[in-house]
Amino acid sequence: MPIPVLMPALSPTMEEGTLLKWLVSEGDKVEAGDVIAEIETDKATMEVEAVDEGTIGKLLMGEGTEHIAVNKPIALILEEGEDDTAVSNFEADAPPQPAVTQTAPEPVAAATAAPETAAQPPPAIETRAAEARATAPQSNGQGGAPFASPLARRLARENKLDLAAITGSGPHGRIVRRDIEQAIAQGVGVAPAAAAPSVGQVMPAQGQPPAPPAMSDEAILALYEPGTYEVVPIDKMRRIIATRLTQAKLSIPHFRLEVDCEIDALLAARKRLNAMSPAEGPKVFKISVNDMIIKAMAMALQKVPAANATWTEQGILRHKGSDIGVAVAIEGGLFTPLIRHAEIKSLSEISNEMQDLAGRARERRLAPHEYQGGTTAISNLGMMGIKSFDAVINPPHATILAVGAGERRPVVEGDEIRIATIMSCTLACDHRVVDGALGAELLGAFKEFIEEPVTMLV
Amino acid sequence: MSETSFDFAVIGAGPGGYVAAIRAAQLGFKTVIIEREHLGGICLNWGCIPTKALLRTSELFHTLNNAEQFGLSINEISFDIEKIVERSRKIAGRLASGVAYLMKKNKIEVVDGEARLKGGGMIGVRDKNGEVLPDIQAKHILIATGARAKTLPGLEPDGDLIWTYREAMVPPAMPGSLLVVGSGAIGIEFASFYGTLGAEVTVVEVLDRILPVEDEEVSAFAQKAFEKQGMTILTGTTVESLEAGVGEVRVRLKSNDGATREHTVDRVILAIGITGNVEGLGLEELGIQVDRGHIVIDEWCRTAADGVYAIGDVVGPPWLAHKASHEGVICVERIAGLNDVHPLDRSRIPGCTYCAPQVASIGLTEAAAIEAGHQIKVGRFPYQANGKAIALGETEGFVKTVFDAETGELLGAHMIGTEVTELIQGFSIAKTLETTEAELIESIFPHPTLSETMHEAVLDAYGRALHI
Repeated sequence: MPIPVLMPALSPTMEEGTLLKWLVSEGDKVEAGDVIAEIETDKATMEVEAVDEGTIGKLLMGEGTEHIAVNKPIALILEEGEDDTAVSNFEADAPPQPAVTQTAPEPVAAATAAPETAAQPPPAIETRAAEARATAPQSNGQGGAPFASPLARRLARENKLDLAAITGSGPHGRIVRRDIEQAIAQGVGVAPAAAAPSVGQVMPAQGQPPAPPAMSDEAILALYEPGTYEVVPIDKMRRIIATRLTQAKLSIPHFRLEVDCEIDALLAARKRLNAMSPAEGPKVFKISVNDMIIKAMAMALQKVPAANATWTEQGILRHKGSDIGVAVAIEGGLFTPLIRHAEIKSLSEISNEMQDLAGRARERRLAPHEYQGGTTAISNLGMMGIKSFDAVINPPHATILAVGAGERRPVVEGDEIRIATIMSCTLACDHRVVDGALGAELLGAFKEFIEEPVTMLV
Repeated sequence: MSETSFDFAVIGAGPGGYVAAIRAAQLGFKTVIIEREHLGGICLNWGCIPTKALLRTSELFHTLNNAEQFGLSINEISFDIEKIVERSRKIAGRLASGVAYLMKKNKIEVVDGEARLKGGGMIGVRDKNGEVLPDIQAKHILIATGARAKTLPGLEPDGDLIWTYREAMVPPAMPGSLLVVGSGAIGIEFASFYGTLGAEVTVVEVLDRILPVEDEEVSAFAQKAFEKQGMTILTGTTVESLEAGVGEVRVRLKSNDGATREHTVDRVILAIGITGNVEGLGLEELGIQVDRGHIVIDEWCRTAADGVYAIGDVVGPPWLAHKASHEGVICVERIAGLNDVHPLDRSRIPGCTYCAPQVASIGLTEAAAIEAGHQIKVGRFPYQANGKAIALGETEGFVKTVFDAETGELLGAHMIGTEVTELIQGFSIAKTLETTEAELIESIFPHPTLSETMHEAVLDAYGRALHI
């Protein structure tokens, strides 16, 4: 029987998506791993790969179809020996595990197909093989019922967690107890009804901000003369930004710390380092000031580990590595891809990784794991000439560093005035995790690394 | 030896070391294993396997002595201790040569000699005669040197009248009376072997119960069963002194309430625990920490020295061959960067003692579960109510299960009775698959088998036992 291709869940919180583009047509032969479609999710455009080989029997969703629920069939792949009669036996709007629920009509299709090639296995075996493949957990959320141990299923039920949002670490991606425990600790996969207490990584499933807007749309529209504006539809990214950052401002007790850093030594070091890059080849690098800021922040978090933390209702997560988010502006919004373990990476590694991530962010081709997690982020508007500003913490982070432009400014030293290149940095802290003194300690450590860049090498 | 440079070097060819070597070879590492005595280590040569051979004899002896019960008549049953030991040694020899074959099949270089770490991935080796062999270089070095019997001042073996497991395995003659010091698995297995063959056996245990790592109910049941067989069990008792005389040992015992008494026995077996073989390896020079006779490792079996790992008995309890093998596989797979490798989960290591009746367990005891803060449900089912056990004439024993009342997680299972060592794997798989009581209740157990007692013990925890 035909193997359904299901709408994949490309991120733990994805509930629906838009079918952007088909890269195959009906009748095309595909192999496992072939890219067959592009899907637009909350934040990114992702490719869908075929998980089985066969012939594309039917494309069930047209290009541009929006709001396709996760696990809904989007196409049918015919296995060898199957023809279109198998497709006609298949209803597109079948429940989430179509291959299993469609077992009743299946023998008919198999029986008609059987006489064509004598070498074919008996229908019953064929059926079972197809079922096994269709229900096997190709990846989390792509194959019907979540693949989880009985204990994990029960713990998820008791803790009101959505298994589809949890990644399994057991054999073949099976969700086991430790995954549930980790999800509880990180606030991942909280079913919508129970979402309130944990900000964590809860994304707005329904696209509705948590708090009622201060004014109704009607009241706002009434203030402006019709025809004096145009309405730009809110896309998914805009919706996510609106919801998450509103939630962040409402639920996180922010406070801010500001510091001026002298960056002349850093600029000199950068110049010398970049002069050492090979002219061409894979090891070419061009380190930016921002790359050095990433490294300094990563080192500062190692020096002040109490600030490398995440608030959850179950307890504060103290992280071991410094995973630094870096805000990348893209058309229509922004991404915050992560440089993981930046504390152990060299500046050239950070620089090259950042270029890759920023490039793919602009193409909206980041995988969720590349921007989910981390404990802090860096938002740098220096290149836009901003002197200093403050940023909104991106949940579940504990801090965010807003970096202004490096400017030649007068500095008072003793009774003398000298000129130095100064960069103003503002650290916003989540007071639940980072108290004032702790934030000051972190920012102080950051300043030291920036002003004495050679200390980052230790 | 043709090559001196390897990806993976294993020191010690016991069940931890040789299994790690095979796994490493399977994953494409060029592997060498260095062993100073025999392939297979203590397990194959002086532990698990040869004792099982001895215990098979005592089990048959016991059954044949009860032949009448089965409608058989056998006039006279006698034994020849020399032949019993010979059979046990033959079996050990056969398995050791099996390991040699496995090494060859997996193209693992075997070096006979004693190893010493020299740092920088270099290993110095000396053969039995103290001759220096060429150094071996390896990217990764695994220490799997195992352990030996622990001794305490005043409790030292003399190899003649005061034995460790090693002498107890190859007795030149049957002792008439025997004192076993320590009631862990090793002590109890020898007590059972010699007791069944007719020796007058006394077991001394410092704690308040025998088999102290087992569930209290199992300890109590075992003690009763052994006493019924004629064993004397003295818990809460320590050995004050051992005095070897001519052909006998004078023993002074002191119970926890202060009372002392003297015994005279033919032989003494010391089974007061084991200590890691950490000497002469050059650990200190490499900064590898040793804590109370055991190498300190992290969850991935890494020592403090880069590229040096340790597994098995040398890193600490539980001192079980299957734990060592499992650690070896985890360690190697982690080094190879395989996905889905997880640290050893200690709640999933089954333990077996091959006395009569046998004892087997996995996970938390009832007391440990309560101490860990679980709300629990406990089920029990006796062998007496199991058809197969009655047919076998082996009605002594029971199965106990401990569940988390909230989640239905199987926290532990504790069994005593015939063949429970073969049955425990069912609960082992259940724990690894993270089954709850629901799946165990739904599982169909074949009738008539001893395994039905496992099903019933699960049912009983939920007030649903059928056959009692």
